[in-house]
Amino acid sequence: MFPRPIEKSGPTAKAAYQAFLPVALIMWLLPLLAIFLTSIRSAADINSGNVFGWPSEFALIANYTAVFTQSAAAQYMINSVLITVPTVIISVALACLAGYALAIYRFRVALPLFFLFVAGNFIPFQILMVPVRDMSVQTGLYDTIAGQFLFHAAFQTGFCTLFMRNFIKALPFDLVESARIEGVAEWRIFWYVVLPLVRPAIAALAVLIFTFVWNDFFWANVLTQGESAKPITAGVRALNGQFVNNWHLVSAASLLAAIPPVVCFFLMQRHFIAGLTLGAVK
Amino acid sequence: MTHAVLPDTETRSEPGWLRRNKLAIAPWVFLIPALIFFAIYVVIPIFESLWLSLYQWNGLYDAEGNSTAVWVGFENYVKLWDDPNFWTSLRNNIAWLILYMLAVPLGLFIALFLNQTVTGMRFYKSMFFFPFVISQVVVGLIFGWFYNPDFGVVGTVWKAMFCEETTNILGNTTFVCERPVPDILSSEQWATYGIIAAGLWPQIAYCMILYLTGLNNVAADQIEAARLDGAKGWKMLWYVVVPQLKPATFIAVVVTVIGALRSFDMIAIMTQGGPFGSTNVLSHYMFEVAISEYGERYGYGSSVATVLFGIMLFFISYFLWRMYQDEKGGR
Repeated sequence: MFPRPIEKSGPTAKAAYQAFLPVALIMWLLPLLAIFLTSIRSAADINSGNVFGWPSEFALIANYTAVFTQSAAAQYMINSVLITVPTVIISVALACLAGYALAIYRFRVALPLFFLFVAGNFIPFQILMVPVRDMSVQTGLYDTIAGQFLFHAAFQTGFCTLFMRNFIKALPFDLVESARIEGVAEWRIFWYVVLPLVRPAIAALAVLIFTFVWNDFFWANVLTQGESAKPITAGVRALNGQFVNNWHLVSAASLLAAIPPVVCFFLMQRHFIAGLTLGAVK
Repeated sequence: MTHAVLPDTETRSEPGWLRRNKLAIAPWVFLIPALIFFAIYVVIPIFESLWLSLYQWNGLYDAEGNSTAVWVGFENYVKLWDDPNFWTSLRNNIAWLILYMLAVPLGLFIALFLNQTVTGMRFYKSMFFFPFVISQVVVGLIFGWFYNPDFGVVGTVWKAMFCEETTNILGNTTFVCERPVPDILSSEQWATYGIIAAGLWPQIAYCMILYLTGLNNVAADQIEAARLDGAKGWKMLWYVVVPQLKPATFIAVVVTVIGALRSFDMIAIMTQGGPFGSTNVLSHYMFEVAISEYGERYGYGSSVATVLFGIMLFFISYFLWRMYQDEKGGR
């Protein structure tokens, strides 16, 4: 292990390390702590420039209620859920199928197709923006929930297929081969042999895609207009315009927008991290 | 395998041709749904954008439903060459690329700092990762407020250090400062760096988690052997540890390059490209010319997108080539 385990450096070093850890953490999360403190202050504190001091009064409930009563935040949150959940289901389902095909079968275009999905995952959104927006307007999907989740599902399929294909490729191939010798149909091999084994990959992808799509801001701007279909990220920006210099309300709204991915991360940490390393670093 | 003995009547009732070519047809059946989705929303739009960059179009259709786009050849690119905003955006993209790379070594150092096994370490590791989980919109808002000269942290700290609080005749508190409080996001010179610093915060967290996972796999016996040979500190890190972290470094570089070139959210939230276009990058400038500022200019926007796509393609090709080398080595 590197660096040398702190236990071997004597009790003083260990105590110093353990004392320094929380200090380092507070420094690292300082912007976040500051904004949390701001979100529970009253307007009076904001105007008098009281940033780090003790809040003159605690307005936690008042501020967070104000965000919901004075803006469309509740609608934005619901929209975000309605966009992210179908995206996760569609993209993971498509990727299970495609990943299976690319990992198990040997055919000439398997590798080029795989690289197509990988490359699609890295391209800039801007190269898709005008045609996707135009297509959405033409088909009536502009400014709708469905217009957003269909696009996200298609785009995230690239990343999901990359991940799923690598995961299935790492499974022992003998399982598939012996099932074939027994005469099991191909789709049954997929359903009964492979699918139960890729559950960890499905979990990892589900939390990651949920977070990616929840945090999307660009497409929310390209594909929506009004409040009816806007997710919370774009909503927070709208609130920022509405609550100019009411930093206590803007902070409260920002933190609300951050809660679902944070909860998701803490509940499924192991899967989340496995997903982020693209399965390449185990 | 218990599954292998499942009764299976389907294959027997299949027609002969289908059955004989089962292994050639099956992959396509599995692939088709994903391919259709991906083609409609990703592959075809890329080519449409490339094509559209040769047109002038405001996004409208005439009464018969035909597009009003006019072919202009390479005119959009000629305009781009003479567009100072384009060059500013490109310069800022390069600044992002270079400075964003700091996330890789900084992430490694935080990972090394946290790579210990004292009580509560798991908690600390996940808390250090926290900034990556929250949306860039929220990070942008946090830092927009952090840099605010009147209400934010920078303003407050500056006032505490350089200013004297006085009460004027009306009884309001005012500050008399030796040097004026810096307004980072309104400065043409500093705003881009302010945004990049904000962007580094989540990116360092991402690189850190990649390295923490990588450090789990570093071979302990090699470290011990190197230690017996007298290696320590920087030499140990550079010659023994870093080579073993190569897969983690590769992914950290990939996600950092892509992240730098994709930066859009923070700029849109913190400065919207201003002041006077000085913080624009290609991704934001494209959005600005195509939709928001002067009505819809789809053709010109597409030409900006094409340039950005070209830059990305250069990196993507390199990544794919590296992946291809790995594939050849594997099964």
